[in-house]
Amino acid sequence: MYKLSGVVKKYRKGGAVVTALQGVDLVIEDGEWLAIQGPTGHGKSTLLQIIGGLDRPTSGMVEFDGTDLARMPERQVTKVRARSIGFIFQTFNLIPTLSAAENVEVALVPLKVGAADRKARAEQALTDVGLGDRLRHLPSELSGGQQQRVATARALVKEPTVLLADEPTGNLDEGTRDEIIGLLEKLWQSRGLTMVVVTHDSIVASRAQRQGLLRDGRLAVTQAPGRPSPSQ
Amino acid sequence: MFFTYLRRELRRRVRQAVFIALGLALGIGLVITVVAASSGVQNSQSAVLHALYGVGTDVTVTEPPAQGSNVGTTFDFTQEIKNIKTGAIAAGTKIDINNLATEQYGLLSSGALAKVARQPGVTSAVGGLALTDLTVNGTVPQISLGQGAGSFRSSFTTTTFNVDGVDASSTALGPLSSGKITSGSTLTSADADADDAVVDSGYAAQNKLSTGGTIDVGGSNFKIIGIVAAPQGGSPPDVYIPLARAQSIGKNGSASLAGEIDTIYVTAGSAANIPSVQKEIAALLPSATVTDSSDLASEVTGSLSSASSLANNLGRWLSVAVLVAAFLLASLLTMAAVARRVREFGTLKALGWPSRRIVGQVMGESIAIGIAGAVVGVGLGYGGAALIDKLAPKLSATVGSSNAASVSGPGRALGTAGSSALKALTSSSHTVSVTLTAPVTLDLIFVAVVLAIAGGLIAGVFGGWRAARLRPAAALARVE
Repeated sequence: MYKLSGVVKKYRKGGAVVTALQGVDLVIEDGEWLAIQGPTGHGKSTLLQIIGGLDRPTSGMVEFDGTDLARMPERQVTKVRARSIGFIFQTFNLIPTLSAAENVEVALVPLKVGAADRKARAEQALTDVGLGDRLRHLPSELSGGQQQRVATARALVKEPTVLLADEPTGNLDEGTRDEIIGLLEKLWQSRGLTMVVVTHDSIVASRAQRQGLLRDGRLAVTQAPGRPSPSQ
Repeated sequence: MFFTYLRRELRRRVRQAVFIALGLALGIGLVITVVAASSGVQNSQSAVLHALYGVGTDVTVTEPPAQGSNVGTTFDFTQEIKNIKTGAIAAGTKIDINNLATEQYGLLSSGALAKVARQPGVTSAVGGLALTDLTVNGTVPQISLGQGAGSFRSSFTTTTFNVDGVDASSTALGPLSSGKITSGSTLTSADADADDAVVDSGYAAQNKLSTGGTIDVGGSNFKIIGIVAAPQGGSPPDVYIPLARAQSIGKNGSASLAGEIDTIYVTAGSAANIPSVQKEIAALLPSATVTDSSDLASEVTGSLSSASSLANNLGRWLSVAVLVAAFLLASLLTMAAVARRVREFGTLKALGWPSRRIVGQVMGESIAIGIAGAVVGVGLGYGGAALIDKLAPKLSATVGSSNAASVSGPGRALGTAGSSALKALTSSSHTVSVTLTAPVTLDLIFVAVVLAIAGGLIAGVFGGWRAARLRPAAALARVE
């Protein structure tokens, strides 16, 4: 699915050049769940954004299903994101003026799905995450956990092959964290998703098949005991 | 999704949206009001010109009065007082003079009309005479030593009115052409040698004259066959009589006016021909004054002229300035709104929304505000124009200067020795009053709406450009 080779990311901060990633090599298999941990500011979110095509590496290759995202025109990368990659963010990032159902429908707009079909699929996606009775609620009328469920439904309504989650439980309490990660695990298993979760929470990371540690821009990946990868 | 998102977003920042819309509305309202007022001023100017110049008349030809003529001189009764003191006129003598004489122009040479009519580019030409009827009644008083002109003048009653001799076979051209017959009928070729008259409605009302009645013109009794109402702003003569009769009973000093005219009214083949016709006639009659309505327009002074200047200069630049300010404000506020939604747009990009879709959303919101501004602006503009119509300010237009009319002949009744002409004691006035209106046309509304939407579009372009430039990673990293 994914093959990262020698990915380097540098950016300017003030007058200095900061190297966020220093030659990351990574292979992510189809249907695999990879958790990436590491201290704050060591490049976890940067790596996730590069995997998701939200940012481009300074150098290196990011192969996704045989195509290098790093060299693809922006318009095409946008189409890949629209079709194949779902995102979940730490701060949920819901549109505050749209209801839960409308927020989920937003993910189907670039795919030119008809209005009736969009509505039906959004309602089903919310039902799948246990929010079938909150369709018309605005984000401000939902709890943190509920908002993250809406975000999860939005990420999955288009039936992507990849789900990228950046600290999905970062803003949630323990109980809600367990609910959300449990939901993600269930969906990962039922849909055969390739899932990459960035987290600083060891409990969340321990649920994954493989765990990567990103420190000072360098990634080291280990297999979780008792959780074989798909190829195994 | 587009309209749902648009509606919800505008509702979220309703105060800002209203502020921008009101700014655009103010600019649009001002544009409509100023343009409407400007049109109203132009209409007033046209009305004044038509009234002064005559509908259908493209060029007017007159002859300046000869040097040393009676025009422009004033009378102070000095000679008359001397005549009484020398016994040339006895005190107690009754005076009853009725004189019809040329006014302010010199006479055009006979044959000038025919020459003008033959010029290429001239469709028709008619002649006219502008005369003043002067009546003096009273008794010559006893003058004592040291007594001045004032007491002499107060012994006499003087009345004057203006009379135009018009070509009865062609009243569609000339001074009668701009009026509307409100009673009876106008002069026709059948009246060419008749003692028939058409009276101005204002003069008729003042002197209780009506169709079927009679009026004394130059000592002859004329039958009133019609009443004519001049257009607003006009300075019409009081009475119109056939040219042939005016030539017959009128005088130029002591000379007869038989066959004479003092004005030629010309119609050109088309508006484009007017300058060449003017040139031809000026070459044909070098001493004549040849004018068209634009010459008259350039001489119009008074508050109408000031209003025209105000509307065209200050009004235009003020509305442009307000409109530009409104556009700038809309653009800045839209860009600020986009800046506040950076993370939202970054999320949409992460979800696969192409930049053009996001830009389209921003522009849609701006155009919606522009449309709201247009609706309110049109309302404000209508209100401003309606206020002008309701206040209906009166504007004055002055053309030329006052002249004293000359009268000759009555002096003979006062004694031939050293008699001077008895002058009319009134001057002819070319100051007319018009009511300002502010017509709002559909074209103006359309242009105003387009301007408002353009304002929204410009704001949307700036905001959309900002949204399109956002890199998803940077946008998502923004803390709100």
